[in-house]
Amino acid sequence: MKMTRDRITAILMLLPSLVLLGIFVYGFIGQTAWTSFSDWGRNPAQALALNPEIRMVGWQNYRDLFTGIIDVRFRQDLVNTFFFTIFFLAGCLGLGLGLAFLLDQDVRGEGFFRTLFLFPMSLSFVVTGTIWRWMLQPRGGLNVLPTTVGLEPLQFRWLTDRTQVWRFDWNDLPSMTGLLVAAVLLGVAVSAWRSRRRTRAGVALASALVVGAWSLTLARSIALLPFPELHGFNLAFIGIIMAAVWQMSGYTMALYLAGLRGIPAELREAARVDGANEGQLYRYVVLPLLQPITLSAMIILGHISLKIFDLIFAMAGADNATTDVPALLMYLTAFRANQFAKGAAIAMVLLVMVAAVIVPYLWSSLRGEVRR
Amino acid sequence: VTAWRRNRWLIYGLLLLASAIFLLPVYLVVVTSLKSPAAINLATTWSLPQVWHWRSFVDAWSTFAPKLGNSFTLTIVATIVSALMGSMNGYVLSKWRFPGANVVFPLMLFGMFIPYQAILIPLFEFLRNVGLYGGLTGLIMAHVVYGLPITTLIFRNYYAEIPDEMLEAGKIDGAGFFGLYGRIVFPLSLPGFVVVIIWQFTQIWNEFLFAVTLTSQSSQPITVALAQLAGGEAVRWNLPMAGAILAALPTLLVYILLGRYFVKGLLAGSVKG
Repeated sequence: MKMTRDRITAILMLLPSLVLLGIFVYGFIGQTAWTSFSDWGRNPAQALALNPEIRMVGWQNYRDLFTGIIDVRFRQDLVNTFFFTIFFLAGCLGLGLGLAFLLDQDVRGEGFFRTLFLFPMSLSFVVTGTIWRWMLQPRGGLNVLPTTVGLEPLQFRWLTDRTQVWRFDWNDLPSMTGLLVAAVLLGVAVSAWRSRRRTRAGVALASALVVGAWSLTLARSIALLPFPELHGFNLAFIGIIMAAVWQMSGYTMALYLAGLRGIPAELREAARVDGANEGQLYRYVVLPLLQPITLSAMIILGHISLKIFDLIFAMAGADNATTDVPALLMYLTAFRANQFAKGAAIAMVLLVMVAAVIVPYLWSSLRGEVRR
Repeated sequence: VTAWRRNRWLIYGLLLLASAIFLLPVYLVVVTSLKSPAAINLATTWSLPQVWHWRSFVDAWSTFAPKLGNSFTLTIVATIVSALMGSMNGYVLSKWRFPGANVVFPLMLFGMFIPYQAILIPLFEFLRNVGLYGGLTGLIMAHVVYGLPITTLIFRNYYAEIPDEMLEAGKIDGAGFFGLYGRIVFPLSLPGFVVVIIWQFTQIWNEFLFAVTLTSQSSQPITVALAQLAGGEAVRWNLPMAGAILAALPTLLVYILLGRYFVKGLLAGSVKG
């Protein structure tokens, strides 16, 4: 009798948090989704009215974002996020792993170095952005650093540079995506063949061929836009990537260092006894054991990079077109231009991208926990 | 032995190089903040100031003091409330499993990963409707609610380490839900609270998106004020640099003094405790 009353108390004590999160997370996401299917804000006079006239317009906002002439900026923002994510991840993982390896060599003053490499994590992205904004002034900062040792100054304009490389036509997107999927399937086929799983290899190869053939033929005739539209990697992002890596690589270093410390010394000894040199030891014993850490670091950093907002806001300003990302565009669209419906649609695209990364991660790590 | 020694040199050389690169921005901030506006010249960015211009900090302090005050109020209140609620949630979820808890918990956790843009428009509307838009109370509320997933997660993983037998013993002594919490769980919670409080303090102090969309001029925290000052035209750079130092100091001090717990919070954020 007493047990059941305590159990009810327990649930009652959890209830306020559940209700709050239910409303503020799921209820609000629902409301954002609903807004994204409306035309709220399309008529500026109605946007901030007490009872705005709102009509439902279905998928119109999304269609505009992906194929409308005016919303070219959103498409470039998606491309920006894509390249930013790749370089940010590569930088953080590479630098973090390198620093962790160095610190794993029994160095003196390890605690000092660890503290030093991790301290930017405790700063606000706004502080980092303010500092790097000053570091990247076209006629000062990093550009004149070489002059302190008598070299010529650099001329790169960093945040305001307008050069775009690796350009491609937005209309080629279906075809390129198809080729990417085909390449992945081909990789699956090869690895299945190597481990002698013939059926699996056959199925993967066949699917790769079908998808590849589709990409080279039918996919080419899909025209997302009635005109060619070029997008690419804006070199103005280089500075932002540098600042972001400066701030976050300590995090991957800490993750890897924890992982390295978790590898039992006997395992390394055994490999050495078997005649492995240091290089082979890392290549065949240590790195494979660090793989799960790489995966979780990629997911955590990946979702941070999809959401990146404050760093760019502080470094380049909210309306610097060459360094724009969807998270910033949503802010500008909804809270500066009062185009709430379109802002909501951008936010939903962002949410879907983040959820695609996070949901499988939550699923697998919590399922593993239950099994344990 | 020589190869080993050469490797040592290489390792320390690389570590020192990396340290220099990590400290480069710090050097620049400190040097710039101590120059007088007239002495700040793009071509001599890296040189030490001729005259130490401590006034930058006086000026920055007079500009930012009210904003720092806002940040402290906001951070302290939101941290304490979300930590207390998280502790209670963690206690329920780790020691009073109920049917459906395995569904409820991941649903709660998802809230800490979402891009807040996806809830920002309804949140803005809601705060406007209840009259909290533009003030500190609304911002505090947002930070409490969206801080619940991480505080709940850290406490749940922390309390999972407390053996169930201890609670069973308490039950035999006649303790109920609150008795067990007050007599057994809460007294053991100190390290958990330290991790959670440090984590929330850093996160809320550093946060920008909610701060920039939900506050007005008088209630804005330091991050918004700093971004506005540095983003303006014709900036006298000694001021934002001194401001950046002021904005960074509280979290930096916490990190330097209690770094061990900060790292624990950092690693807890990757879900598995």
